[in-house]
Amino acid sequence: MSEVILRTPQQIAWGRFRRNKTGIVSAIVVLFFLFLAYGAPLITRLFGLSSTETYLDGLDPQGMPIGAGGGISWQHPFGLEPGAGRDVFSMLLYGSRISFSVAIITSVAAIGIGMILGITAGYFRGRVDAVIGRFSDLLFAFPSFFMIIALSIPMVERVESLGIVRDNGARLTVLIIFFVFFGWPGFARLVRSQAMSLRERDFIMAAQSQGASNWRIITKEMLPNLWPTAIVFLSLSLPGYLAAEAVFSFLGVGINPPASTFGLVLSDAIKYWRADPAYLMIPCAMLIAIVLALNLLGDAVRDALDTKAE
Amino acid sequence: MFTFVLKRLAYTIILLAIVSLTIFFIFDLIPVDPARLVCSKQCTPSLVEANRQRLGLDVSVLEQWWRFIVGLFAGRTFGEEGIAITCAAPALGYSFSRHECVTTIVAEAFPFTLSLALGAFVLWLSVGISLGVLSARKKGKFADRAASVFVLVGTSLPTFITGILVVLFIVLRFNLVNPLELGNWHNPFTEPLGWLQTFFFPCATLALAYAATYTRFTRSNVIETSSEDFIRTARAKGLSEKVILRKHTLRAALAPITTIAGLDFAGLLGGAIITEGIFGLNGLGRLSIKAVTQTYDLPIIVATTLIASAFVLIMNLIVDIAYAYIDPRVRTT
Repeated sequence: MSEVILRTPQQIAWGRFRRNKTGIVSAIVVLFFLFLAYGAPLITRLFGLSSTETYLDGLDPQGMPIGAGGGISWQHPFGLEPGAGRDVFSMLLYGSRISFSVAIITSVAAIGIGMILGITAGYFRGRVDAVIGRFSDLLFAFPSFFMIIALSIPMVERVESLGIVRDNGARLTVLIIFFVFFGWPGFARLVRSQAMSLRERDFIMAAQSQGASNWRIITKEMLPNLWPTAIVFLSLSLPGYLAAEAVFSFLGVGINPPASTFGLVLSDAIKYWRADPAYLMIPCAMLIAIVLALNLLGDAVRDALDTKAE
Repeated sequence: MFTFVLKRLAYTIILLAIVSLTIFFIFDLIPVDPARLVCSKQCTPSLVEANRQRLGLDVSVLEQWWRFIVGLFAGRTFGEEGIAITCAAPALGYSFSRHECVTTIVAEAFPFTLSLALGAFVLWLSVGISLGVLSARKKGKFADRAASVFVLVGTSLPTFITGILVVLFIVLRFNLVNPLELGNWHNPFTEPLGWLQTFFFPCATLALAYAATYTRFTRSNVIETSSEDFIRTARAKGLSEKVILRKHTLRAALAPITTIAGLDFAGLLGGAIITEGIFGLNGLGRLSIKAVTQTYDLPIIVATTLIASAFVLIMNLIVDIAYAYIDPRVRTT
């Protein structure tokens, strides 16, 4: 008789993930971009660059970068910004730090709220469930995209008047608040339906019959079973929010200059598309690479954690 | 079935009322004063007060909302510089910065939005469903792999990036459309070619992301349905694969797609802000982003927001009824 090796669900999932080559590669790519984004101050210093300094000697009298590909050189690997003459490489590193932060904070917050309200609705049912359900119905009926566009400018003024954060700090806060506000119902619905079916399972009933408190049942019995759903949802929603931040900044209702997120760089680069196409293509390529890697990673995480695949 | 429809209808009307009332309350809370915004440079407090009255903002939110609802059915009169302007029903408000009834402005913008939404809808449904069915039938083969690459590319390209690239490096680079005529309106019935010139690229851009999602969804639905017992039964009684696919698999697999397609379409009817902006189409989406960033024209912003939510709610109702018709089990819940 062969020896039976016992493995926890986490080990099984990890083993499955490790065997997925696409997943490993995309994870490495994502980690690389995260390193670039959060190591931006360190990396730019290593290159002897700065995201605020203007390298005017690299521009011709018309303000266009000198040299091929928008002034690509050893010193400026992504070229220079037409007009102001900032280093595009450092601009994009600092910009992607903002984009990643929006995506991560939003996803985690939306999942946190969705988890709490979803479990509450699914476990306690009854009136609580009805109230949460109707409220999320209402949020679904709201044209969130329109509301964010219409309300972001006045909301920023209101947040600034509180005096805690200003300028882009306030814009970032408003954007995240809106994304979370309209983002949690999707996850809450998912958790609610899972919590409802978990509630009827034998191990929950066993815990209840032993007199375990609701708090204990929710934290010790239900939560461990809901983590995989949360992780899958997290990895699948990251690319969406990252792109959403780019869209709103592009439309002029997100982050403002002198910050340099993807949306802002692209809205500026459109003006120079004929004279300096590289200035447009480089941020496009970088944003697409990040979103693609995050999507592939999300798929791999889902495949690894999905118990139905076995 | 009749009581089901009545119930859903009542629920939709209640939701519409709540959503519209909430929108009025939200716009009342924001720290922008439209009465001050439409005021000229020599502004005095009494002028602001007069503007407030003209805009109908001098009464409570509840009454503003009620006047709006009444105006929708009975038309409404707005005063401007001593002249009374009557907007016929359905009156959505009056834009003092454009000196026009909002209904007129919306009616001018809607054909753009409808053309874009319909064109994109037809494109993504036909591409998405046929690719999805194809890759499900050839699971693991070359066609399936090619389709999965398409899905990956489609879902990873944000619409505003595809749009920028298509406009700049295809449409303008190869002079496919005169830049001055980009976004011009052509009647699809009298000038089909001109219409196609304006709308083909924006529709294709918008459809790309949706087509990718629908391919993935159709594929997994068809594969899942193919392993159901009733398909095995159909095969056992000797039906040809073609008949099984057409009459049994697709019917069951595509039913859930109806729901999603209806809602996605409704979402676009409110205006595809990004695509309209990039391709210079003067639809509802461009109208609202201009109203926000240029003049903060509140009557237009409120109207477009309300229209967008009304489309979603009404389509939700239609989809629910259609689904109950397809799947009788739904009616009881």
